Amino acid sequence: MSLEIDRITKTFDGAAVLRDVSLNVRDGEFLALLGPSGSGKTTLLNLIAGLTQPDGGKLLLDGTDITHKPAGARRFGMVFQSYALFRHMSVADNIAFGLRIMRGRDRPSKAERRTRVCELLDLIEMPELADRYPAQLSGGQQQRVAMARALAISPRLLLLDEPFSALDAQVRRSLRGSVRDLQRKVGVTALLVTHDQSEAFEIADRVAVMNGGLIEQVGTREELQQNPASDFVRQFIAAG
Amino acid sequence: MPILQTTMDALRRRRRSPLPGLGLTLGVTMTFVTLIILLPLSGLAWQFAQLDLSDYLFVMRDPRTLAALRVTISAALLATVFNGAFGLLLAWVLVRYRFPGRAFLDALVDLPFALPTSVAGIALVALYARDGWIGGLLEPLDWQVAYTWWGIVIAMAFTSIPFAVRAIQPLIEELDRREEDAATTLGASPWQTFQRITLPQLSPGILTGTGLSFVRSLGEFGAVIFIAGNLPYETEVASLLIVIRLDEFDYPAASAIAGTMLALSLVLLVAINVAQTRLYRRLEGGA
Amino acid sequence: MNRPILIGLAVLLSLIVIILPVAAIFTRAFAEGVSVWAQAVTEPETLAAIRLTILTALIVLPVNIVFGLCAAWAIARFRFPGRRALLVVIEIPFAISPIVAGLCFLLIYGAYGPVGSALQPYGIQLMFNLTGIVLVSLFVTCPFVVREVLPVLSVAGEDEERAALTLGANGWQIFRLVTFPNITWALVYGAILATARAIGEFGAVSVVSGAIRGQTMTLPLQIELLYNDYNTTGAFAAATVLALLALLTLVLRALISITHPATGAKP
Repeated sequence: MSLEIDRITKTFDGAAVLRDVSLNVRDGEFLALLGPSGSGKTTLLNLIAGLTQPDGGKLLLDGTDITHKPAGARRFGMVFQSYALFRHMSVADNIAFGLRIMRGRDRPSKAERRTRVCELLDLIEMPELADRYPAQLSGGQQQRVAMARALAISPRLLLLDEPFSALDAQVRRSLRGSVRDLQRKVGVTALLVTHDQSEAFEIADRVAVMNGGLIEQVGTREELQQNPASDFVRQFIAAG
Repeated sequence: MPILQTTMDALRRRRRSPLPGLGLTLGVTMTFVTLIILLPLSGLAWQFAQLDLSDYLFVMRDPRTLAALRVTISAALLATVFNGAFGLLLAWVLVRYRFPGRAFLDALVDLPFALPTSVAGIALVALYARDGWIGGLLEPLDWQVAYTWWGIVIAMAFTSIPFAVRAIQPLIEELDRREEDAATTLGASPWQTFQRITLPQLSPGILTGTGLSFVRSLGEFGAVIFIAGNLPYETEVASLLIVIRLDEFDYPAASAIAGTMLALSLVLLVAINVAQTRLYRRLEGGA
Repeated sequence: MNRPILIGLAVLLSLIVIILPVAAIFTRAFAEGVSVWAQAVTEPETLAAIRLTILTALIVLPVNIVFGLCAAWAIARFRFPGRRALLVVIEIPFAISPIVAGLCFLLIYGAYGPVGSALQPYGIQLMFNLTGIVLVSLFVTCPFVVREVLPVLSVAGEDEERAALTLGANGWQIFRLVTFPNITWALVYGAILATARAIGEFGAVSVVSGAIRGQTMTLPLQIELLYNDYNTTGAFAAATVLALLALLTLVLRALISITHPATGAKP
């Protein structure tokens, strides 16, 4: 699925958080939104997820306007910074949640749900931990469960909000590769929000650098490093 | 129009939460709050507003009203002083010492709240009447508790003990014992340490605890009427006088006394709140 | 050095001030034997009072739960003008003495009050009957559930609910599957406190009950009636029923605080 972000604006408490942001996310690509805190990247992600409404502009998914579609109807998988795992549910129940609450004909049977959960547990290489509770898992394991839960609903778009920030450096590095591999295997279009440029460059096909509610430049690692479009991009990339 | 301005700002600032249910839950809440809390309160305000000043003063200057207020306030004061001391002792012992039965004693503190007030009342009569366990002991001393002003004090103290204990307990838990140790190394006696170091830090809790205890005592009815004797001018509390005026269908008089008691309670609660904030600010430097 | 003295003093005073009164009730109630007690408790008027008290509690409990959950959800999950004022208003019943509370209801919903007199032509009477008792009971108990559930909801945050939302859950599914399991025990705790208070309320109910023997007497009122009738055995017997309920409440509270330490904000 491709996503077109068309001149989105958003204001909080009288301060412009997003000013006329436009961006194209291509079908199947992994795109990172990179920027310092306060640059508006998380707001943009929440807007795409439907958790916040824009003041102006449009969101088009494969050409269809989804700007005012409720979050629950978008079928975008989201991995939260805190993972937001349901603490009173086992790993398997967490992953099955999105399938369990589907309504009408879409809803898979219990057996189908179990099969799907097993596939996903295999995919994140945690088949033996199905009955554990979130509190009994390491940070890295929790993050992978959050990925599996988001992927379970066969999302049209995968959104990741600083998914590595709660992990220590070593785990972080090893998980980057696995997130990238998962996205490739599933073939889902993905957006990652991060403030860490090495993370962005390692995982993403293209990186959008954000600053002060604007997208300064979009491009591959080489393009950003060799042809920075602004002083901010040059300094931000050089500093990292 | 500063009020309108703030409302407009608040509306503009409101971040729309993506979660559903605001309309339904706020609708239910406002309906309930209006019917069960705001409308009845406005009933008292409405009745109160219909009194003119001379009517009000006529009710409040009545010797019987004045006597009831004197009895209520003096008994509440003594009960509060007792609760301040007893509450501090109990809270201290519960937090600082480990002994068999401590958890039981801790749970027991809530008993006066859990016990319906009429049950507390009848229990205290049974205990302090002349044929009761304690009343019998006091008889030779010629000290009668039941059916006197002392009975009112006992009933008020009993029903408001938990306020004092529960307000002081968390502050004792948060005390930094090294401050006490420091005072000791500087040559302070245990009593000096307690008086100079510990007590000032507990003052917000003691203030809140005794304040809430006093407000509760002012309004206590169920426990008091069993043990008070209820003699006009001598052992009649304000709450009882309100009920008596109601039974006489003298709604203006009942409202005048009730409005006064309510205003007194609210002023005290606000004052406690303000004083507590100030005390905390002094202790914690602006936080 | 002071330790034994202070502990001894605290225990002794607690014994005299808190335990002895309760012990006195049971001693007096059972002074003439269990059969006399049983007879007193099963007096028709006392039984009618017990029935009315249970009925009141059964009506008040679900209303309190629905109100408490709605208010806690609205206040914890949304920002709206007057939110802080609403919090203060919900706490007001705790600051008002029972007699004043009862009087307030009489003044507005009674036959001479604006609402009561407006309803009278339609044959609707709100005070001096079950409706009146239920209304004031709601007033004195409504802060309990909000007070327990609100802090738990706030601490839990709304990340899990947002996650459920992105996974396609509707409002009811979010509440039932994600929110509710996290607040169950706080809700139970608040509901126990509210129910105990509804069963034991005396002052506010006495103002609006009308005190019709065998009809609008709740158990706490019945104790006073029996006592004033010089039927002390009956009064103490009725008091034991309420005292036992109070002790049960304390045990339940202690159990919940032990098994679920996060619940149970102190009063």
